[in-house]
Amino acid sequence: MSERILNVQDMTMDFGGLRAVNHVNITMDRGEIIALIGPNGAGKTTFFNCVTGVYTPTGGDVFINPPGEDERSIKGQKPSRIATQGLARTFQNIRLFGNMTVLENVMIGRHSRLKAGIAGALLRNRKTREEEEQVIHDSYEILKRIGLEQYVNDLARNLPYGAQRRLEIARALATEPFMLLLDEPAAGMNPQETKNLESLIKRIRDTENVSIFLIEHDMSLVMSLSERIYVMDYGKLIATGSPEEVKNNPDVIKAYLGEEVSA
Amino acid sequence: MSFQEIKRTLGVALWFVFLTFPIMVIRVNQVDMTIQWRWYNMFYVGIGTFVGGLIWRFALARRKTPGKPAPAATTKTDTNETPADSAGGGSIKDRFARLWGTVTQQKYRRPIYAAGLVLLLAFPILSSLYQTSIMITALIYVMLALGLNIVIGLGGMLHLGYIAFFAVGAYTYGILYKFFGIGFWVALPLGAILATLAGVLLALPVIRLRGDYLAIVTLGFAEIVRIVFNNLTPITGGPQGIGGIPRPSLFGIDMNLSAATTYTYYIIVAAVALTIFVVWRFENSRLGRALVAMGEDDIAAEAMGIDITRTKVIAFALGSFWAGLGGVIFASRTTFINPASFTVWQSVIVLSCVVLGGMGSIPGVIVGALGLILIPEYLRAFSDYRMLMFGAILVTMMVFRPGGLIQKKRKAYTFQADAGEASS
Ligand SMILES: Nc1ncnc2c1ncn2[C@@H]1O[C@H](COP(=O)(O)OP(=O)(O)OP(=O)(O)O)[C@@H](O)[C@H]1O
Ligand SMILES: [Mg+2]
Repeated sequence: MSERILNVQDMTMDFGGLRAVNHVNITMDRGEIIALIGPNGAGKTTFFNCVTGVYTPTGGDVFINPPGEDERSIKGQKPSRIATQGLARTFQNIRLFGNMTVLENVMIGRHSRLKAGIAGALLRNRKTREEEEQVIHDSYEILKRIGLEQYVNDLARNLPYGAQRRLEIARALATEPFMLLLDEPAAGMNPQETKNLESLIKRIRDTENVSIFLIEHDMSLVMSLSERIYVMDYGKLIATGSPEEVKNNPDVIKAYLGEEVSA
Repeated sequence: MSFQEIKRTLGVALWFVFLTFPIMVIRVNQVDMTIQWRWYNMFYVGIGTFVGGLIWRFALARRKTPGKPAPAATTKTDTNETPADSAGGGSIKDRFARLWGTVTQQKYRRPIYAAGLVLLLAFPILSSLYQTSIMITALIYVMLALGLNIVIGLGGMLHLGYIAFFAVGAYTYGILYKFFGIGFWVALPLGAILATLAGVLLALPVIRLRGDYLAIVTLGFAEIVRIVFNNLTPITGGPQGIGGIPRPSLFGIDMNLSAATTYTYYIIVAAVALTIFVVWRFENSRLGRALVAMGEDDIAAEAMGIDITRTKVIAFALGSFWAGLGGVIFASRTTFINPASFTVWQSVIVLSCVVLGGMGSIPGVIVGALGLILIPEYLRAFSDYRMLMFGAILVTMMVFRPGGLIQKKRKAYTFQADAGEASS
């Protein structure tokens, strides 16, 4: 009963003379956890940016298939429109709204699911008030699920590092995505935090009905979480397969460890 | 304070004496073409800079090594700082914080607001025509600062051309009166609407610009608007401007200057009240939050589904609306407008009100605007050095209180432990 939800076809991204993503094909099924790995500068973040609309890829196409809707191309759409269709992401270099509270950060995630416009804001009619109360309530519930409720009124920038990474995930979940793209969620975390993150990601997939696309350098996390792994080097996919297959692939070992070791 | 630092300060003082030598010491008497040497000024500058420099260094040193950790330096007190948190200390800062905490307590809040309101409403009765007229100017700037605060304080967009929309409002009234004899009350909404449209017009091309680039383009826009008004002589009267603009009318009653001023005063008070109400509601709404998020990080905001184009246009439109409204009131108050009233310098003053008062904070912006407009009026005696003092205050503020006089506090919510019921 596997159902394709992401289909990236022949994606290419050029920055002037530099080809950061080179004819990449990646697919994802509903309910999967997959990972994209590769050495620094391989083009992983650029790939995410192309999928989420930060950049328009110079070649290829991106199709998504949100639950209960038709498959469609999202290439060239604005990031806000792509997010509204159910693709949420986190950033490699944490991008929280630092001077807003933790709760407000999550409330921003709810933005695209709410309706109130200028008139509602000024008149503050009943519908708007109810919507406001609902969003506060929902956001707090999300914080509880991620285990951040103790920070609810703190400014995001004052949170410990690990909590900031989790807040990014909470904020992304608030957009009600069907697919979550995590760019190095464990970066800078200590082993304990990484372990908690691992169970959090599993729980999100199992209980929130969200498929997960992971970029990560922490190999033990990648190996234990992902069902399939894509390996990228110099913008090109060099291997695909189960964690076991990828681990033993000579091309992958060569890309990570350099020429001489592979012999 | 070390000897080293005193020596340094002395060096700075001497350097200042040297720099200000041409303006402070030499004076050319144009009439009998002689040069006056005002040596005593050199002495004053030297002593003044030296003492000021010492105080400056002392304050800086205190700031770096506070007696005990200041509340702001610890992590968790920023949003939910209650009076109790800062109580108990002995330093001036702590005592002030405690006093402030008491004053802003819930039970004192209403009486204080009520007293403020009564004072505001009785002001024209209690004071002279001159005072009322200054107050009108100050309140116009409060309105401008509140409007600009939407763009800069909430949206984080460095907008240096705000005064152009003020000009659009003022000229709307001026031109409509000159050619069609249209009165204040019809011009008021028209001026605001035209300014809003101008805001949208400016927002669309600058959507993709950030920071310095946005600042330069908006600055250029304001200059273009001013120069157009300056050169469109048949319509705007060119540099001579438009005169004889009528004061606000009240059912066609003839009013003397004093009554008209009082009337204008109440109009601007009402307009400011409306501004505060709208800005406050907007700020605490879904769109207001989106604007703040965009100001914090536009890439993250977009990734959360916020349409940046729409949000920016709304911010510019809503911000410009108040400038237009203020512009019409300004024209009716001065009864005369010309391009000289709408220079970049005016934009900078409004910007300073926002930055000085506290970006994003409504009370801060109000205090900032009142302070910046009223203080120089009462410092007319020092008129030669007003700009100098202006600069000094700005620099001091940026160093010692970069968040402004009254910093924005984010709203805090309380939740019952398990139910998750919200109240605020
Ligand atoms: N906006 C840009 N303009 C020009 N070059 C870029 C841009 N963004 C990324 N690149 C280049 O594209 C290549 C891939 O970068 P990318 O950030 O995607 O790597 P990455 O795989 O995420 O690396 P890391 O593991 O260090 O995060 C790099 O050579 C980078 O310098
Ligand atoms: Mg990266």
